[in-house]
Amino acid sequence: MSIVTVQLGQCGNQIGREVFNAICSDVHGTHGLCSKKENESYRDACKERFFCEEETEVPVARAVLVDMEPKVISQTLSMAARSGYWKYDDRSRFCQKQGSGNNWANGYSVHGPRHKEVIMNLVQKEAEKCDRLGGFFTIMSMAGGTGSGLGAFVTQCLRDAFPTSFILNHVIWPYGTGEVIVQNYNSVLTLSHLYQSSDAILVHENDVIHKICSQLMNIKQISFRDVNQVIAHQLGSVFQPTYTAEGGLHYSRNPLGIDWQVQPPSRLLPPLQPFPNRPLHFNTSIANLVILRGKDTHGVDLGSFQDPSLYTSWLNPRDAFNAWKTPRAFNKYEKSASLVSNSQFLLKPLDNVVGKAWNMFASKAYIHQYTKFGIEEEDFLDSFTALEQVISSYTIL
Amino acid sequence: GQCGNQVGCRFWDLALREHAAVNKKGIYDEALSSFFRNVDTRSGGDGPDIYKGKICSLKARALLIDMEEGVVNEILQGPLRDLFDSKQLITDVSGSGNNWAVGHKLYGYQYRENIVEKLRKTAEHCDCLQCFFIIHSMGGGTGSGLGTFVLNVLEDEFPEVYRFVTSVYPSGEDDVITSPYNSVLAMKELNEHADCVLPIENESLFDIVNKIHQMISSGKLGSTVKQNSLVTSSAGSARTVQEKPFDAMNNIVANLLLNLTSSARFEGSLNMDLNEISMNLVPFPRLHYLVSSLTPLYTLADVNVPSRRLDQMFSDAFSRDHQLIQADPKHSLYLACALLVRGNVQVSDLRRNIERLKPSLHFVSWNQEGWKTGLCSVPPVGHSHSLLALANNTCVKPTFTELKDRFMKLYKKKAHLHHYLHIDGMEQSCFSEAISSLSDLIEEYNELDATKGGPRTDPSRLEIAI
Repeated sequence: MSIVTVQLGQCGNQIGREVFNAICSDVHGTHGLCSKKENESYRDACKERFFCEEETEVPVARAVLVDMEPKVISQTLSMAARSGYWKYDDRSRFCQKQGSGNNWANGYSVHGPRHKEVIMNLVQKEAEKCDRLGGFFTIMSMAGGTGSGLGAFVTQCLRDAFPTSFILNHVIWPYGTGEVIVQNYNSVLTLSHLYQSSDAILVHENDVIHKICSQLMNIKQISFRDVNQVIAHQLGSVFQPTYTAEGGLHYSRNPLGIDWQVQPPSRLLPPLQPFPNRPLHFNTSIANLVILRGKDTHGVDLGSFQDPSLYTSWLNPRDAFNAWKTPRAFNKYEKSASLVSNSQFLLKPLDNVVGKAWNMFASKAYIHQYTKFGIEEEDFLDSFTALEQVISSYTIL
Repeated sequence: GQCGNQVGCRFWDLALREHAAVNKKGIYDEALSSFFRNVDTRSGGDGPDIYKGKICSLKARALLIDMEEGVVNEILQGPLRDLFDSKQLITDVSGSGNNWAVGHKLYGYQYRENIVEKLRKTAEHCDCLQCFFIIHSMGGGTGSGLGTFVLNVLEDEFPEVYRFVTSVYPSGEDDVITSPYNSVLAMKELNEHADCVLPIENESLFDIVNKIHQMISSGKLGSTVKQNSLVTSSAGSARTVQEKPFDAMNNIVANLLLNLTSSARFEGSLNMDLNEISMNLVPFPRLHYLVSSLTPLYTLADVNVPSRRLDQMFSDAFSRDHQLIQADPKHSLYLACALLVRGNVQVSDLRRNIERLKPSLHFVSWNQEGWKTGLCSVPPVGHSHSLLALANNTCVKPTFTELKDRFMKLYKKKAHLHHYLHIDGMEQSCFSEAISSLSDLIEEYNELDATKGGPRTDPSRLEIAI
């Protein structure tokens, strides 16, 4: 099954390139500490998933690059081609000159409708190149204007054009202090709109990744490239082929088959007792996915991940927990483990962002910049309402 | 006007120098095309534009307007003459007599069609027109009066294109007696029709020039300063004649404009375009006056001397010595702040310094993290890194109140009013409306200042029923 990646805005394109780089170098690295047959199986699954094989040339990434200004895409295309191992399809890009000015309304209400046809044509072309389309993976930041606004619009279009496909939005949570002053407005508008069309929103927070770079990796002068490479590494460790519990002998066909469809408790069930002695700020989960790669994955005891106290009282841990494994090591790490989690961990950052945005909204600061492009105060209120509901739902887990 | 064209001349000179330093192969690229057209002059005269390939003949995307000929003629006879052709000029002979009304009402009316036509022509040459820059002074007649007339025309004819204005404000000791009138009349236009204004005061430029001279002559620097790194210097540019008295000061303003547009022209890990500056720094439409500061002022040539620590550069940007107007942002209220960094600086350096400086700065309650940042990989000529800070801060208020006081001093006595009122289209109401506009602006800043240091009560959040 193949995934079509849509890279949106400066952040989306910069990260996208690092992701394809990480995946490619994992595949081309010396054997993955496993049998040759295993390695080949892995490589083939990976290639089908992310690349289109051309006869004489290097593999071409299944991606559409979108930006409202030209510099980043040019850089992205040339850096990819220079690697010698893979490249982008030069024609699979759309760009303009004037940028979105960090204005969500500009991205969503102006650029979106104006360029919908061209962008969706590019996506359609990539989708048609896939034998079996697994779904879409969009990469964007919430803070700016293109990734966030145009990204939300494109996600909606994807949903309309491919109603049964899986859509995974990878969203970058900006640094708490200043990348963009109106980032909280842009974030609130983005998330509330994505919620309507997306199947799953995968989040990376710049502040957290920054800490990884400084404290775990000891990088002295951290650049955005460093941050993006950590993110790409994490994404690679999730998306590279694995065997699921049911899969057995073949690499799982559905790379994005994380089933997050969780039903809230129905009224008919008797209310379960809340767990005694659970600390107040315990991170309650709805679902967890562990991915193990490399040596000795079969012997590992994952029992503690199925501890009922980790999960909300109306869920059976057996339904909420999944484990995927492969003996093939990732990026030369003899053993590695990844955890993808749907839990309360984002509650505090989300509450923070909504709080700051609300504070600014109360003083009406910057609102004229959005109404200029057709996003009115009521649209803001709708978005705030939607996110307060999300916060509520997660809080009462 | 005179000021606008003199600053402009320095700007084009330094822009060429900057692009020449980066563009070694002489190819006409996207960066160059932001400011320059590439014209095929082989067929003689004004050939068609060439969009790719080698540089043939560069023409500045500019309109030079002055109601006397001296300054523009000098530019056309100097080393930059090939940058401009006759279709980019609008001149007259008698000047505006330091009279805003003459510039705005008389010449405005007379030259409107000419201005619109020439603007259309220059706009047609642009693939994607994003922004107009107006450079002028506020105290005279042409820059102030005709300049703000052009601002109006830009809004009428190109409503979606951003209008950034670099205005040189007169000092208290300005030798033009009527400069307060001219400035206040111009302010009304800036309030209503500009997207962003960067006020500059000669006093500040003068202080910076002096500071540099002192540092060099006192030998405190120890080793040689890279000549072309001085923010005041024309070294390495086309101009080889003796520097004129205002050149050093005008170079500072030219560097301001180059730094402001660097991230739009050159690549970086976090691009910052002009429309982003307007979006992030203007929370309310009329509060669009930005205080700018540039660092470093110079760089040492001696590689054995450790370069000024990066963090010092950030601290300097917030010191009074580096501001381009006489203002004290540290002790006033920030509405928003932008940091545009050039050169070998990474996001961690930015974050570290923001964390360090934040506690000593007062931000308005609804924008406590009001920082907009940009990282451009290409440093200015002669430097390894540089920083431009733009602040929307209530510290501009004293500049405006002083202007208002100087205006009232004259207005109460009706001094020199007849020079203005006898111009067709000028009435007493022009004056009263202008001063009222300025007073309203000052009042908006007052209201914000009143919130400073007060108790912070966050508005209560929406409550959702499950």
